[in-house]
Amino acid sequence: MSITVKLPTQLRDTVGGAASVQAEGATVGEALESVFTSHGELRDRLYQNGDLRRFVNVYLGGEDIRFLDGLQTALPDGAELTILPAVAGG
Amino acid sequence: MAAKQLKCRECGTEYALEAIYVCSKCFGPLEVGYDHSGLEDVGEVRRRIQGGPQNIWRYHDFLPLEGPQPRTRTGLPAGCTPLVRADRLAERLGLREVWIKNDAANPTHSFKDRVVSVAATRARELGFDTLACASTGNLANSVAAHGAALGMDSYVLIPADLEEQKVLATGVYGTNLVKVRGNYDDVNRLCTELSGDRENWAFVNINMRPYYAEGSKTVAFEIAEQLGWELPDRCVVPIASGSLYTKIAKGFQEFINVGLIDGDVPTMSGAQATGCSPVAAAFRDGKDFCRPVKPQTIAKSLAIGNPADGPYALDLARATGGTIESVSDHEIRAGIRLLAETTGIFTETAGGVTTAVLQKLAESGAIGSDERVVLVITGEGLKTLDAVRDSFMAYLVDPTIQSFEKAFAESARI
Repeated sequence: MSITVKLPTQLRDTVGGAASVQAEGATVGEALESVFTSHGELRDRLYQNGDLRRFVNVYLGGEDIRFLDGLQTALPDGAELTILPAVAGG
Repeated sequence: MAAKQLKCRECGTEYALEAIYVCSKCFGPLEVGYDHSGLEDVGEVRRRIQGGPQNIWRYHDFLPLEGPQPRTRTGLPAGCTPLVRADRLAERLGLREVWIKNDAANPTHSFKDRVVSVAATRARELGFDTLACASTGNLANSVAAHGAALGMDSYVLIPADLEEQKVLATGVYGTNLVKVRGNYDDVNRLCTELSGDRENWAFVNINMRPYYAEGSKTVAFEIAEQLGWELPDRCVVPIASGSLYTKIAKGFQEFINVGLIDGDVPTMSGAQATGCSPVAAAFRDGKDFCRPVKPQTIAKSLAIGNPADGPYALDLARATGGTIESVSDHEIRAGIRLLAETTGIFTETAGGVTTAVLQKLAESGAIGSDERVVLVITGEGLKTLDAVRDSFMAYLVDPTIQSFEKAFAESARI
């Protein structure tokens, strides 16, 4: 189960400057855990009390995972996750 | 300048006043911090404001900008919009005192000119040559117009299904207009991704967001000044991302802090459309965060399903004894008519939301009989004409007295 996780510029320093990293896992939560094993600093940036921080948005194929099953959202092989900070103001 | 740093609202980490918007430690939003210790002489501050230009630059001491001096600043002057006493509306609603802050009277006919003026000016100070934005329409108008006025390239990204009037009133300024197949939240996600790759673009509501948001404080500054340096008891304000709502309160607080006005931040009543009401729903359910929704409302300028400042809006409503209410599309149309028929002010759907929420609060008895209420009208009715189409009848007559009299005689019988 190879997953691509795209990172915003604000997080790239935690992975040596890369715009994306590869992950493994059947769910969004598992995929992120697999990234944390090699890039531990990312966990503190993204998580608070075991859940995503409230200003962190994670998208699966353009859909906010909060419209899906959150961290339990199942991932097809080859899925692409995008992490972005929450901003808005039309 | 009085602005000293950017500060994370979540963890307090400080940053230099650059084109950044997110705390790299916790992803929290950054906000401008000021040092107003040079403003001890309140009389002098007040005189400086009153002697300033008839636009938002008169509040220079409270905005995150360097020189040049305000009078020589170029661009599209925003602000100093009318505050109109609305006795007929108050009477209709059984209230004592209602004022309309009519922000349709801005250069591109919405409050967005305030935020874009600040963001575009700061972008120039930081050396950017291109403006960009994700927009529900009003911001699109304003960014395209400011790009034209300042001689900057602009890229404006909007949902493809936006009202025609808002599309036309953007394209006319000669911007790069991009229609995105998706809703505002899709456009916003695309722009957030793009902003990471377009380092010479100032996305007014993304990488310039801390400066942009400060522009909304000028609504509060003007209300206080126009009321003779007094506070209203309550403000009714529309909520899309929650930025305007929270920054109006910040504006009042800053004036209170330096001693320009006495009292407390007014009761803040937030207004959403039921078809996109993540903040009102969270308020009702006692939550301190918002669950995103897929917008389905005629109030497209408020159709942000994933409101970034939602948590702060919830905190503010509770801290000031306010509420966050929502109204249906039918009530929004009725709100537009109510405001138009009692004040002569024709507002867009967002103003219909705000007016309908005021009516709802009045009818429920939530507004005290001695309250002075300010209704913040953020945009112009000509931008959302479909909302009032077929909402009234017209007489059709031949050009003769006989035909004219006949038409009215018939209508009298009905």
